[in-house]
Amino acid sequence: MSATSATLDAPVRATVTRERVTQARVIRSEWTKLWSLRSTRWTLLVAILGMAGLGPLIATVQMNRWNHMGLGDRLHFNPINTGLGGYHFAQLAIGVLGVLVLTGEYSTGQIRSTFMAVPKRLPVLWAKAGTFAAVTFALMLISGLIAFLASQSILTQHHVQTTLDHAPALRSWVGAALYLAVLSVLALSLGAIVRNTAGGIALFAGLLFVIPGLAAILPTSTQNAINPYLPSVAGTGILSGTRDAYTFSPWGGFALFCGYTVLALVVAAVLMRRRDA
Amino acid sequence: MVIGMSAPDTDRMITVENVTKRYGDKVAVDDLSFEVKPGIVTGFLGPNGAGKSTTMRLILGLDAPTAGTVTLDGRKYQDLPAPLHEVGAMLEARAIHTGRSAYNHLLALAQTHGIGRSRVNEVIDLVGIQAVARKRVGGFSLGMGQRLGVAAALLGDPRVLILDEPANGLDPEGILWIRTLLKRLAKDGRTVFLSSHLMSEMAQTADHLVVIGRGRLIADTTVEDFVHRASTGAAVRVVSEQATALRDALAAHDARVDNVERGVLEVHGLTGRQIGEIALAEQIVLAELTPLQASLEQAFMQLTGETVEYHAASTDSDDDNTTLRAAA
Repeated sequence: MSATSATLDAPVRATVTRERVTQARVIRSEWTKLWSLRSTRWTLLVAILGMAGLGPLIATVQMNRWNHMGLGDRLHFNPINTGLGGYHFAQLAIGVLGVLVLTGEYSTGQIRSTFMAVPKRLPVLWAKAGTFAAVTFALMLISGLIAFLASQSILTQHHVQTTLDHAPALRSWVGAALYLAVLSVLALSLGAIVRNTAGGIALFAGLLFVIPGLAAILPTSTQNAINPYLPSVAGTGILSGTRDAYTFSPWGGFALFCGYTVLALVVAAVLMRRRDA
Repeated sequence: MVIGMSAPDTDRMITVENVTKRYGDKVAVDDLSFEVKPGIVTGFLGPNGAGKSTTMRLILGLDAPTAGTVTLDGRKYQDLPAPLHEVGAMLEARAIHTGRSAYNHLLALAQTHGIGRSRVNEVIDLVGIQAVARKRVGGFSLGMGQRLGVAAALLGDPRVLILDEPANGLDPEGILWIRTLLKRLAKDGRTVFLSSHLMSEMAQTADHLVVIGRGRLIADTTVEDFVHRASTGAAVRVVSEQATALRDALAAHDARVDNVERGVLEVHGLTGRQIGEIALAEQIVLAELTPLQASLEQAFMQLTGETVEYHAASTDSDDDNTTLRAAA
């Protein structure tokens, strides 16, 4: 390399101020890490497009078919659920990215650099969870609002729209962003526990998408008893304009979903402290 | 030259005390104790699989020892309030996310300690990766990756440097560069601890050696002493016109004698003086009498020979030749 001779005289020792590691600095570092990966930017873009775009798309389809829809369909129609339907898609992107936030570090060995800089380790977990959840919340709040407003303006075709003044609408809009933000922490915690991308995504998908499917084929009485406790059911009541049978109240279910997430985060923290990197 | 050097801290050192590390039932490090002193380059030698990288991970708090303690200046790595200012480390296995640019990798590390962007640019210049600093690390050559590793280690201007096989993957110019850099860092009063499985590299760089094999300490000594120790019991080269007579005479004194070539013997088990006396008694004229000093490589091989984990199946070259000749 031609730079060799030129750099031999460069100063090794520099004017470095000797400051200690703080939680705020680790957050700053994790913020840089989050945005400096192409995969993060793309996945977040996909989540935004899904969240903002799918609601209006569904609304358009419904309006075009409205005159052919049966009475049952029309009765069950809910403008909030139509507008925020994009969360189904966004949660997959957010979940996969959440798992990757930690497994990406383990698979590349980056985690060793990270822990050499922050040997107490837990500030890294808090910073990752905090920044990722905050970014998810902000982006999903904005794209959720876009989806809601765009959808409602489409739904005016048949005068079935609603507004944010409407209490469940406001709660559902903010709730969608809250649900996805907490979900991002859940996924990140699962990634920290499993430390393997494929395993983490499988675990995440299993908890959110496979278990509800399995519960659905159980005898109805068992299913009804289990249903409110399923993470996906408990967590999504808060973003729904309707309330299904055999579910907790929106905030009660959300509290349970937060509980699951805290549990996963605590397990992740204990393992992160204990295990060799 | 370096401006503004601080006085060397005489107490700044790495202390490994009775450390054992087990992974399952495999013992990677076995009751290992040694110290790394400041102001010099200490080489950490051992065959592949001897436990060098494990020991470094234990020092850096990445792995927890099964037994024993590792301290830096009396403190555990985990208890350092600003580790990058105390210890700079480069591990052999890559420890960098392949999707991030070199600049962003260094910036994220710097930010944990409140180190500014100017220092990030400084270390990029120092290791000579300006041209690729904004490119993704995944596309880096091994040599570039090593330079980035060195940059990360120097980021906090640390007093202790721990480098695992830093010369790996570097071209000759790069090796010269790292050698010069390490000597300069040690001259600043920094503690430099670097591992290698290559003796020749150590001979050029290290002042002191810690040699391990199968996780156990084999030697903790200076480079000269290490070679000297391995040389005791080494061969003496004897050249004589009467080699056959001399061989019989020496064999009668329980020496093992190899006939290296016509008129040249290598004698094991006797000193040069003893051989001279025997030759005098037998009235044999000696043309040359030379105690053979083991090279650093030989010393290394001799001392770690029994501790190498995986031996290559020995191939007898003479047999191969015979086979080839028969086939021809």
